[in-house]
Amino acid sequence: MDNLLSIITFIPAVAAGILALFLRGDDAAARKNAKWVALVATSTTFLVSLFVLAGFNPADTGFQFVEEYDWILGLKYKMGVDGISVLFVLLTTFLMPITIASCWSVETRVKEYMIAFLLLETLMLGVFCALDLVLFYLFFEAGLIPMFLIIGIWGGKERIYAAFKFFLYTFLGSVLMLVAMIAMYVDAGSTDIPTLLVHTFASESLNIAGFQIVGGLQTLLFLAFFASFAVKMPMWPVHTWLPDAHVQAPTAGSVVLAAILLKMGGYGFLRFSLPMFPIGADLLSPLVLWMSAIAIVYTSLVALAQEDMKKLIAYSSVAHMGYVTMGIFAANQQGIDGAIFQMISHGFISGALFLCVGVIYDRMHTRDISAYGGLVNRMPHYALIFMFFSMANVGLPGTSGFVGEFLTLVGVFQVNTWVAFVAASGVILSASYGLWLYRRVVFGDLIKESLKSITDMSTRERAIFAPLVAMTLLLGVYPSLVTDIIGPSVTALVTDYHAAIPVSGDAQMAKH
Amino acid sequence: MNPTDFSTVLPEITLALVAMGSLLGVVFTGKDALAGRLNLAMAGLFLILAFWIGIGISGERTAFDGMFNDDPFARFAKVTILLSAAAVLLISQDYMTRRGMLRFEFPILVALAVLGMLFMVSAGDLIALYMGLELQSLSLYVVASMRRDNVKSSEAGLKYFVLGSLSSGILLYGASLTYGYAGTTDFSGILSTLGQGDIPLGLMFGLVFLITGLAFKVSAVPFHMWTPDVYEGSPTPVTAFFATAPKVAAMALLARLLYDAFGTIPGQWGQVIAALSVLSMFVGAIAAIGQRDIKRLMAYSSIAHMGFALIGLASGTVLGVQAMLVYMVIYVSMNIGTFAFILSMERDGHAVTTIDSLNMLSKKAPLQALAMLVLLFSLAGVPPMLGFFGKFYVLQAAVNANMTWLAVAGAVASVIGAFYYLRIVFYIYFGKEGDGIDARMGSMQWVALMGSALVMVFGIVNLFGVEGLAQLAAETLVR
Repeated sequence: MDNLLSIITFIPAVAAGILALFLRGDDAAARKNAKWVALVATSTTFLVSLFVLAGFNPADTGFQFVEEYDWILGLKYKMGVDGISVLFVLLTTFLMPITIASCWSVETRVKEYMIAFLLLETLMLGVFCALDLVLFYLFFEAGLIPMFLIIGIWGGKERIYAAFKFFLYTFLGSVLMLVAMIAMYVDAGSTDIPTLLVHTFASESLNIAGFQIVGGLQTLLFLAFFASFAVKMPMWPVHTWLPDAHVQAPTAGSVVLAAILLKMGGYGFLRFSLPMFPIGADLLSPLVLWMSAIAIVYTSLVALAQEDMKKLIAYSSVAHMGYVTMGIFAANQQGIDGAIFQMISHGFISGALFLCVGVIYDRMHTRDISAYGGLVNRMPHYALIFMFFSMANVGLPGTSGFVGEFLTLVGVFQVNTWVAFVAASGVILSASYGLWLYRRVVFGDLIKESLKSITDMSTRERAIFAPLVAMTLLLGVYPSLVTDIIGPSVTALVTDYHAAIPVSGDAQMAKH
Repeated sequence: MNPTDFSTVLPEITLALVAMGSLLGVVFTGKDALAGRLNLAMAGLFLILAFWIGIGISGERTAFDGMFNDDPFARFAKVTILLSAAAVLLISQDYMTRRGMLRFEFPILVALAVLGMLFMVSAGDLIALYMGLELQSLSLYVVASMRRDNVKSSEAGLKYFVLGSLSSGILLYGASLTYGYAGTTDFSGILSTLGQGDIPLGLMFGLVFLITGLAFKVSAVPFHMWTPDVYEGSPTPVTAFFATAPKVAAMALLARLLYDAFGTIPGQWGQVIAALSVLSMFVGAIAAIGQRDIKRLMAYSSIAHMGFALIGLASGTVLGVQAMLVYMVIYVSMNIGTFAFILSMERDGHAVTTIDSLNMLSKKAPLQALAMLVLLFSLAGVPPMLGFFGKFYVLQAAVNANMTWLAVAGAVASVIGAFYYLRIVFYIYFGKEGDGIDARMGSMQWVALMGSALVMVFGIVNLFGVEGLAQLAAETLVR
């Protein structure tokens, strides 16, 4: 099993190729076959990815399952995972079958829809496995194409605007990263990520066009990468594409976007920004911490004012991603552990919340909060599941949402108390918008005529939520399941990071 | 002329003889009835010559006292030119036959233009350069106005002729200045004059005028004005030809002139080329946004692409020339596929070129829509398509040569450019149901479109070995 990661990555792509080449016609049977092929392929991917988990040795902080081949331009095709990336691979393979199952009721251009999702899975897995800078970029950017099509073809009314905004916003962020990557290639003479991780980029001050740039090359590279990952994350104030994209995307698209695509930004920070440009990161981390704190409070307030359920959850995602960036740039064990934990947990919770919206959208074809009310009377199962995930989103202890928020807050408290103070108020705000949304949709009397005949969740729908509920609870009560795997790699990352920062960094370490 | 000279230019002589022979032959016999077969035969000849030059010849030779160079660089460009010209002839056949446009002049004029290009990329002397360039240009002026009963086509030909002559004049002026100050028209002679210390100011003026004249031919901004009108007005097969082979030839000629004659002072012309490059990328990207006609859009697209290729040249290194060559090959292979599709666009038998006629093509012809999707994303430079690697290559060359600002400009321009390619994708995939095109394709066009799309996807595995050949070519040019 030398090529395990490549196998996982390309199973969905092969399935997509099979669908594209061999599935003919657009009748009910063909649509059904397309869905089954996609479901089987994604499930197989998940099962095979369990081998990675089984064979993964958490104590080893280096890269495992490494495979390497020469490629064009002196680049390499190199794959591998370490403690930071392995869980993202698992998260992706775990969520994709659920996503596919959730679009069982889609009937328009099903074959293309399935192909788009399968290709997207390949590209997302590639992002988390790639160990070559350009290979990473390739997967990172290529993911835009299927997502662009998913929003543009199967999206809502304003889908064109949303699709273009999504594509151009993220593309602009990324091309600057591409230039930075080329600069790194020229500077270090390699695009191999493990090599770059130990390469020290120049940090002497530079003078460019009269501007003194403290931290020199490292600061510039950091900013270029930051432009890309901050947009992807998304961080305030470059988050505006996300609500549009989420609202217009079909349910399954929203799930993938929130649960996996957003995590690429956080993963990028951990893989590139912190370890490769520690001095740049250290210089700018106060800024990032405050941006995160503002994001948490501001987007939570914005979420309170939303009339559209998906938009509300989208803003809540931005707020939760604020905890992630905050934890990452606290740059200590708790902070980064918490950030990764928060990303994993948010993958389950936000995915589930978008699915919850999808359940009632499928029935009523509206996402307006005001169109609902009193659903508990006709949909008790739905009310229960929606409540569970609302609570998890709020960060109720016992669910995975709590662990992530708590750890990141602990982490950032040691670095910047004021940021922690401001960010902690976001916990209260998230409770207010979450609970208020729940009250307006589920509680109250069922007075609206249109809702009188609404039906509760089908067995298929319940089956989709079951694994998500299980994971949210499991991680909530037994978080070391995750932290044991990521712990050693994070420790190594934090140690290297602080070792690379000259004086002030050492003082900071001593303080703890 | 001695026998060695003769054997060195044998492929070119063959082409010249065949072109003139077939001209005589067709005039004497049956006229246009033979045009279809002549077209295919000419494409076949191009392919044979491409193989002959590409595989049958190796090493470096010069002929006619250094007027004509035969080296890996020239051969790389020649093979690209011949293959793309052959592809254009093949994809045009169906379009022209069905519209009664296939006259026997077309393949012959194309052959003469290609002959000019082959001489251009081998030129070792300003006079040889001018000869090749004019042979190419004169043939192109005529094919642009090939539909002489059509106002737009005549207008395109006339415009092209007037502006092209102006650029030729500027080029000649530069050449005469260069001759005046260097005392020779020989590239190696100019190079040795430059090596003797102080560079005369007049020679610099000569250089700038030469670059200006050639910038017209590669349609670099601010000398691009003719491009959109000529692309739009010319018959589509001619547009397809303009967008491919002549661009490669002009770019290769520019590279040869800059390195063979002015190679010791890359700092002097590097800035000029960099300025042309930035302007082309931005003007090409921004002006294309408002276009409604796909041929005009492709004109601006080619301007932007030339800007990217010029980045490679501006960096003044082996890697830069290599990047430029790879970029041109990728550019040509994308354009062949795209134009194969544009040639197939028609409604009720009439050719259409508006972008909104592509409405919901994905429903009517899913496979063609998918191929176009791949090509458009490739043109936009989005990974994982091959077009991205072209951009990556030139950006890398720029950063390597300490011109990071140029790379940043290129990156930003590519985002702006992505918008208008996405707009076509928008019509193909998200548009409204309506009367779109008929989605019928000639078999050659279909093969070219699919082949080109497949190359864009699978080329990323190893670039089909073009990289190594381009490196060899670049190393012979940059010493």
